[in-house]
Amino acid sequence: MQSTTSSLDTQCRSDFPVLERRVRDDKALVYLDNAATTQKPIQVIDAITDYYKNHNSNIHRAVHALAEESTEAFEATRDKVTKFLNVTNSKEIIFVKGTTEAINLVAYAWGRDNVQKGDIVVTTEYEHHSNIVPWQILTQETGAELKYIDIDENGELMLEQLDEHLATGKVKLVAVSHVSNVLGTITDVKEVITKCKNAGAKILIDGAQAVPHMKVDISDLDCDFYAFSAHKMLGPTGVGVLWARKELLEKMRPFQGGGDMIREVHKFETTYNDLPYKFEAGTPNVADVICFSAAIDYLTKIGMNNVRNHEIELTEYALEKMSKVKGLVIYGPKDTEKQGGVISFNFKDVHPHDVATIVDKNGVAIRSGHHCAQVLMEKLEVAATNRASFYIYTTKQEIDALINSLEEVAKVFKL
Amino acid sequence: MSGDPIYTEMIIEYSRNPSNFGKIEDPQIHRHDSNPLCGDSIDLYVNTDGTKITEVKFDGKGCAICMACTSVLTEMIQNKNLDEVKNFQKDELLAELGLEHLIKTSPVRIKCALLSLKALKYGIYSYFVEKMNDTEAAGNLKEEAASLY
Ligand SMILES: Cc1ncc(COP(=O)(O)O)c(C=O)c1O
Repeated sequence: MQSTTSSLDTQCRSDFPVLERRVRDDKALVYLDNAATTQKPIQVIDAITDYYKNHNSNIHRAVHALAEESTEAFEATRDKVTKFLNVTNSKEIIFVKGTTEAINLVAYAWGRDNVQKGDIVVTTEYEHHSNIVPWQILTQETGAELKYIDIDENGELMLEQLDEHLATGKVKLVAVSHVSNVLGTITDVKEVITKCKNAGAKILIDGAQAVPHMKVDISDLDCDFYAFSAHKMLGPTGVGVLWARKELLEKMRPFQGGGDMIREVHKFETTYNDLPYKFEAGTPNVADVICFSAAIDYLTKIGMNNVRNHEIELTEYALEKMSKVKGLVIYGPKDTEKQGGVISFNFKDVHPHDVATIVDKNGVAIRSGHHCAQVLMEKLEVAATNRASFYIYTTKQEIDALINSLEEVAKVFKL
Repeated sequence: MSGDPIYTEMIIEYSRNPSNFGKIEDPQIHRHDSNPLCGDSIDLYVNTDGTKITEVKFDGKGCAICMACTSVLTEMIQNKNLDEVKNFQKDELLAELGLEHLIKTSPVRIKCALLSLKALKYGIYSYFVEKMNDTEAAGNLKEEAASLY
């Protein structure tokens, strides 16, 4: 198959040592599970080694040289994230473990004081479990109601349902993902945010699949809470970010109590530290936060518009080729204007695990399962789907390898 | 060893047209089991006259490996003595489909292959213990089932 390679993948591929791996009887690894987690460039891997070799120390407390260096590097990442997202105040950047923890923080520390019996929390059918279960727990505990925005046959949100929910005047929070991790659908977040503001509801955006793949400008969005994970954008596992408006964070009670989040502790009362530390109890993931800096540098150098354009090109290419594979059903918008670099699909009558096994034999790593989105699986009336997801280093040749394997599936199962 | 074939003609054929597919109303043995990771989910129905298996059926949903192995298992135990069935080994089942290599090569897919055997062992255990009040006859079937994979 002749296909041209776009410049971005050739430019960066050699920075990713793992992409040279051979798997399953010496087949070249074709890594198409980037929505789960991305691979790491050598710059990030080196940063973590450098940190442990040369600087390792706890932060914010001691005055010795290593502690100062570590503290400075830790806070430098915060500044970098601030710039990367076009946030105005770095105190609004809270480091957490990941998107999941960020959302749970909001559900706990904001939700418990602001959501009461009779109130409504709105989420959507295409959320990851991490943007459903915390709201189930909160609404069950408080006696509030959980409502959904359904998806249409193109895998897009039926926003008129949001209008209906908001019209009740009872909605306290709308929690929606910026990009669906299964269908790739890009939510019209500006529209959602405007609607919520007009109705006086707070809006949380799960950006786990957006920040890694497109330019996200928080000042421009003007939402209330925004969450994402470092490991899906070239960074290490165990680091995530919650951005929230200062006015909200200041009023919120802490999430966890412990070291670093306090100003003064007495036997029976404590005054809390300033933002952002009030929400960063205990020794944070110092090393990984610091090496997350290298990932942001890497993406900044490429430019997020180039990342998005590369994925559009790949997704268009893949959609076109996949549509010709016999028996294959694609879910979601199938329109790169409205879709990130994620394609979910099934073969009629072939279990996704059989597909993944055949594809894996050829060294192609895709994901099969419910993708932590069982509510969406129910909606699609399937137990599971296969999912291919792309990133900056993905090549058209790799998509060709996927297509060849999918054709093999069709042949083996005589479709 | 990923060169070992999984999706042979036989497996595809069985997955397309499973044998003994269906339900027995009020069976003497009924066992539901599933593999949460991949979503295989089957119900096994067995009738017995106390010494022999007289009828076996299954229904449910699963991958090709699960469907084929369950089909073949139901064929293999039809009309067999309960004692034989009690001692039925996983190797016999896997060998019938040429899937012995899965034990080594795929700790994930082996679960698909052995789900029905696990259900069968548990089912017979419950039959002896609950219906026949005969824990001795049940032997260590329960432990065996639990440690199949
Ligand atoms: C849309 C979305 N939200 C949330 C998460 C959870 O992220 P993490 O596991 O890093 O907390 C994911 C990751 O799969 C995701 O894709």
